[in-house]
Amino acid sequence: MPEIRNFTLNFGPAHPAAHGVLRLVLEMDGEVIERADPHIGLLHRGTEKLAESKIYNHSIGYMDRLDYVSMMCNEHAYVMAIEKMMDIEVPIRAQYIRVMFDEITRILNHLLWIGAHALDVGAMTMFLYAFREREDLMDVYEAVSGARLHATYYRPGGVYRDLPDTMPLFEESRWNSAADVKRLNFNRGGSVLDFIENFTERFPKYVDEYETLLTDNRIWKQRLVDIGIVSPERALQLGLTGAMLRGSGIEWDLRKKQPYEVYDKMEFDIPVGTNGDSYDRYLVRIEEMRQSNKIIKQCVDWLNKNPGPVTVDDSKVSLPARTAMKSDMEALIHHFKIATEGYCLPEGEAYAAIEHPKGEFGCYIVSDGANKPYRLKIRAPGFAHMSAMDELTKGHMLADVVTIIGTMDIVFGEVDR
Amino acid sequence: MSNTASGLQTLQTTLEDALGDAVQSSKIAFKELTIEVAPNDLLSVATALRDTHDFEILIDLCGVDYLTYGDSEWDAEGSSFSRGVKRQSDDLFDFDQQSATDSFDGKRFAVVIHLLSVKNNKRLRLKVYCDDNEMPTVASLTDIWNGVNWFEREAFDLYGILFTNHPDLRRILTDYGFVGHPFRKDFPLEGQVEMRYDDELKRVIYEPVSIEPRVVTPRVIRPSEAASEAND
Repeated sequence: MPEIRNFTLNFGPAHPAAHGVLRLVLEMDGEVIERADPHIGLLHRGTEKLAESKIYNHSIGYMDRLDYVSMMCNEHAYVMAIEKMMDIEVPIRAQYIRVMFDEITRILNHLLWIGAHALDVGAMTMFLYAFREREDLMDVYEAVSGARLHATYYRPGGVYRDLPDTMPLFEESRWNSAADVKRLNFNRGGSVLDFIENFTERFPKYVDEYETLLTDNRIWKQRLVDIGIVSPERALQLGLTGAMLRGSGIEWDLRKKQPYEVYDKMEFDIPVGTNGDSYDRYLVRIEEMRQSNKIIKQCVDWLNKNPGPVTVDDSKVSLPARTAMKSDMEALIHHFKIATEGYCLPEGEAYAAIEHPKGEFGCYIVSDGANKPYRLKIRAPGFAHMSAMDELTKGHMLADVVTIIGTMDIVFGEVDR
Repeated sequence: MSNTASGLQTLQTTLEDALGDAVQSSKIAFKELTIEVAPNDLLSVATALRDTHDFEILIDLCGVDYLTYGDSEWDAEGSSFSRGVKRQSDDLFDFDQQSATDSFDGKRFAVVIHLLSVKNNKRLRLKVYCDDNEMPTVASLTDIWNGVNWFEREAFDLYGILFTNHPDLRRILTDYGFVGHPFRKDFPLEGQVEMRYDDELKRVIYEPVSIEPRVVTPRVIRPSEAASEAND
């Protein structure tokens, strides 16, 4: 008998299927994985430490950069923690806007996830399809906040500004002929809400397209069914949340169970898996996109009918209106005070969590009464999912590692923070 | 529901009765329940919480360094407005420089644990203050909630809190060969070393940092101070 020894394989940190910078040290027995040791931290930027030396508002922009494919959801948890400690009641219109953008963000996240996941597993077309729809939603981000990715749109006490009445239009240029411009602008004539409404009408058909490509696809099923099975008990033990938990059959969604903002007024269902494998999690996320679409529709209806303020009328927390600032001395002082000194949070500690596209995303703030956080801890769902990597991959083949990274929906901005 | 005041109070009395003396203190603030336990009681309390009170998920575990809690400002000379930390010595391996702990009385490090009960839809915060400021030690919870493994590694990496009986207490977020625990309050924000590629040596080298901390926000302000200033 020749002596057979395990060998160690280094996966990443720059492997295209590693979704960023993951270094996996795999102990292999032939093509079977005995042990997986993920080395993370290659994207560690010390967000939490940086926040300790800045006033509260200055860190909102950092939140976008955590999970950089679901930007506004990250901001949401952070501003919710601040609001909780300051006991701020957010205006109802701002709550609807937040819920709408949370769901737009969820679709954005799931579209990137399905594109990247399918690409890793070998289906090229999905990526192109998903990015076609992402483009529209990115334009919505741009229209409300000025930035396509890192919006910094949510503020303690509301949102930065109301939804604009017009949607930016394409203009004729060297690259776009008059006919192109006409085609590109066909649904951009109205307000941003009209554009979103138009999107919600088109979107279910797109999801059907994804499903025709994948759901019954033989190769897709061969690669996903029975890969990375998590039992409900293990999912709880390992601290998995979001679709990773629902895929295992546990009906747990903070939007339903601990509703925040106006989720209790929304009508939607929580999809739940049965087998806890990668394929079930795929189905759960596909259904989540449809449900998100439904929520966006309800928000658009409400927002069209109910104008109102989008930020609290408290000059200690939210910036004064631009017009007031130009004419009113006091408003100018308030603006200056908020932009430089910020505001103080009462002494104490609070934790606020939201149902992020990836799972439970929470912010834990310890305040010693100053205008800067004493300690900010970001609870990233991806961190807990990544730590389950070893258990999920054990006994699988090397090629399945890629599927499992994909099904966990890992983004290193939040894992490494 | 977890966030109703009466529901929290019921949970508070239930836990106080069930855990007895192990609960050092408990309070409800911002609609959240926090209980404080001693490091020695942690394992028994955690087991009870999981088995009899249905806290199946450990959501989060993190360290907190209370070294400068409540300080207005590092009274640095001149007009330093930062809450950052001044580097004390350029010698990277001078381990004696962490003298900040000596003058600090009270418990410096705390481990904060957030628990969630899916069954009862309840949340709970568990707080443990480490007895020893020089070598903060807490029992590892990996046998009770397996998912805590990496959270404990993170708290060790960033704060130097040791978890006894942890199966694999390695650094996790910082670089290979990193020295120090970066989230401690006496660790400067800009770090100790920077690295660059050296053209002559043909390799990456580490050097003491050359950047100066740049502060864009004003000094730490508290409502009480602001009020007293206004009265002057």
